[in-house]
Formats: sequence, C-alpha cells, structure tokens
Amino acid sequence: MKKLIIILCAFLLVNCKAEKKEAIQQKATISKVKVPEIKVLDFNQFENYIYQNSDKTYVVNFWATWCKPCVDELPAFEKLNTRYQDKNVEVLLVSLDFSNQLETKVIPFIQKNKIQSEVMILDDSDQNTWIPKVSETWSGAIPATLIYNSNSREFYEQSFTYEELETALNKSINTLK
Amino acid sequence: MKHLKLLFGLCLAVIISAFTLNNTSGPGLDIGDSAPDFNLKDVNGNMVSMASYENAKGFIVIFTCNTCPYSIAYEDRIIALDKKYKGKGYPVIAVNPNDPAAQPGDSFALMQERAKEKGFTFPYLLDVGQEVYPKYGATRTPHVFLLNKEAGDLKVKYIGAIDNNSKDASKVTEKFTENAVDALLAGKTVEKTSTRAIGCSIKVVK
Repeated sequence: MKKLIIILCAFLLVNCKAEKKEAIQQKATISKVKVPEIKVLDFNQFENYIYQNSDKTYVVNFWATWCKPCVDELPAFEKLNTRYQDKNVEVLLVSLDFSNQLETKVIPFIQKNKIQSEVMILDDSDQNTWIPKVSETWSGAIPATLIYNSNSREFYEQSFTYEELETALNKSINTLK
Repeated sequence: MKHLKLLFGLCLAVIISAFTLNNTSGPGLDIGDSAPDFNLKDVNGNMVSMASYENAKGFIVIFTCNTCPYSIAYEDRIIALDKKYKGKGYPVIAVNPNDPAAQPGDSFALMQERAKEKGFTFPYLLDVGQEVYPKYGATRTPHVFLLNKEAGDLKVKYIGAIDNNSKDASKVTEKFTENAVDALLAGKTVEKTSTRAIGCSIKVVK
C-alpha cells in the first residue's frame, strides 16, 4: 500500500512538472512568435509513441543537443521527413536532453536549425527500466533509431547517412506491401 | 482498450526480443568471461596495467571521457567509488575510449587538465589506437565493467551503469556498481549483473 502511494505521488509530481513546463512553453509562445511546441514526457507518457497502431511507418530517433553524432545526422532525418511526409511516414525526434534545458538548449537549437519534424523530450531517470522497453538490443548509447510499423520493428544503435536511413526505412515500408 | 494495446505491445516486444536477444551479447565481454589486461598511458605519463596491482582483489574499470555530459555528471561519483573501494581491494581504473581525432575535447592534454581540475584519485588512461574498448564491448560513456580476480583470471561480474539516476546524484535509489562490489566483498553472488543507461556513443573517426 505504502509503495502504491509513493508511486502515485511520484506520478503526480512528474505530472506537475510536465504541466509547469507546458505553462512556461505557452508563455514563451505568446511572447515570441513561432516557438515550437515540445512535450516533456516520462516513459509512461512516452510509451504510446513507440507502439502506435496505424498504417503508418514511424521513424523514432533518439538524440540530444550535446550529442555530436546525433546533431550531425539530424539533417538526414529532416530530409526524410520532408520527402516522406505524404507517404505515410512520420518522423519523431526524441531528445534526451535534461528537461531543465528545454528553454536554454533545446528550443534555441530547434529554432536555429529550423527543425520541422516533431520534437519531444523524454525525461525519465529510470533508464535501466525503460531502455530495454524501447529495444532489448539497445545498450543506451545515442544516436539510436527505432523504425516500426504494424508489420516490423527494427532498432539501430548507430549513426545514419541519408542513404542508409532511406534504405532502412524502405526495408520497413516493404513489409507492409 | 488501452490495456489491450499495452498487451499487444508487450506481446510484440516479447516476440521481437525472442528473435533479437542474441544481439545483446554481441562482441565483447559477457558476465563470467575473463577480461583481457591492457597497458595504457595514464595522465601522469605512467603505463598502467592491471597485472601491476598485486594486492587488488579486482577492478572497477570505467570507460568514460571529458566531454560526455553523462560522464561529467558522474565524475564526483566515480571519485567517491574509488575512495570507497580502493582500500578494500577494488580500485577504479578509468579509460577514455574516444579517438581525440574525432572528439578533440578528449585529447590526452585535456584529459590531464581535467584529471588535475577534478583531483582524480584513480588512473585515467587513453585507449590509444582504440584497441581496448572493443575487446570489452564498451558502447558508451560512462560504461562500468566490474572485474574480480579469481585464480589469476579477471572475471567479469557486472556490466552497466553506476547507479539509477545519472542526472541527480541525490535522487539515486539504487547504486548498481556499489551493490555489485559489496556483494563480491561479502563473498556473495552479484544479484543485478547488468544494467543500462543512456550514454554518449564512443567516438571513432569514420
């Protein structure tokens, strides 16, 4: 019972934090024009995004502003997003930046680089629990990318060039045909 | 409905993991394997190998570096680990696996600077030529390999993270590495032999 209460409290706390962030986010939207909307989620809130059941293929990239190889490969994901957005493909950029750096690092980065794909922050310290839920093969190093649809699920702990990424995406898309 | 989705997801995860589980072992060391020794230059210029520690019962080998935010977040905790366990026979040996040509902030000179600034109490070695980290199967920084001396061999007892909260040391609820060393010291088996954490990929020139 005690455990349950603790879990409940933790959940509420996390929720409060997320709401506060949203409030800050909204304020920023009013004061500046075109500030990107970024959700800050714990793994429970995030999990649905890696198990969406539709006819789409999802490309979920785990990155961070401080991760140089991640930043280097982002243009490939952006290009993929542009070229495939009307082909039933959705690109999601999941930042593992610390959520207290949303305003100082992540939003300025997105604005500076004019990122068009959807960005969210996954902030959950219990990494040993959630990393294997994303993929049993993931050691935790980033960059890492999950490409999935209703017929396939592939995880890549590696950097991508655009060509490599497109090949990996098409491999997944082909499972739908 | 949500439960059904979750169940479906869970089933999917189980099915997929059944096919891909073998990949987790990959190249490198597994629990129970014998770890290879190395002979690498420390920031103070000495060559360090584990064979030279005659009295050690084992080693806490940590692949870490100057530049990764997670490594930086753990610096004080790595120093604390060394202070706590060196006297008990399990010193920390830190190895920077990054190629400075790919990550200039991890050059030998900057390693020397960082070690001095932070007052590292343990050897901080550069994996020149990047031959050591692949043998261990390190994939990120920081990445811990706990080794135990057994009949002249260095057996791998634990692979993974230092604890369960990289961001905030005050919120740690499980000290994975400490628990593993404590188990060895008590002559018990390590309960949690491997854990995962987000970390920076090891930098290699392409």
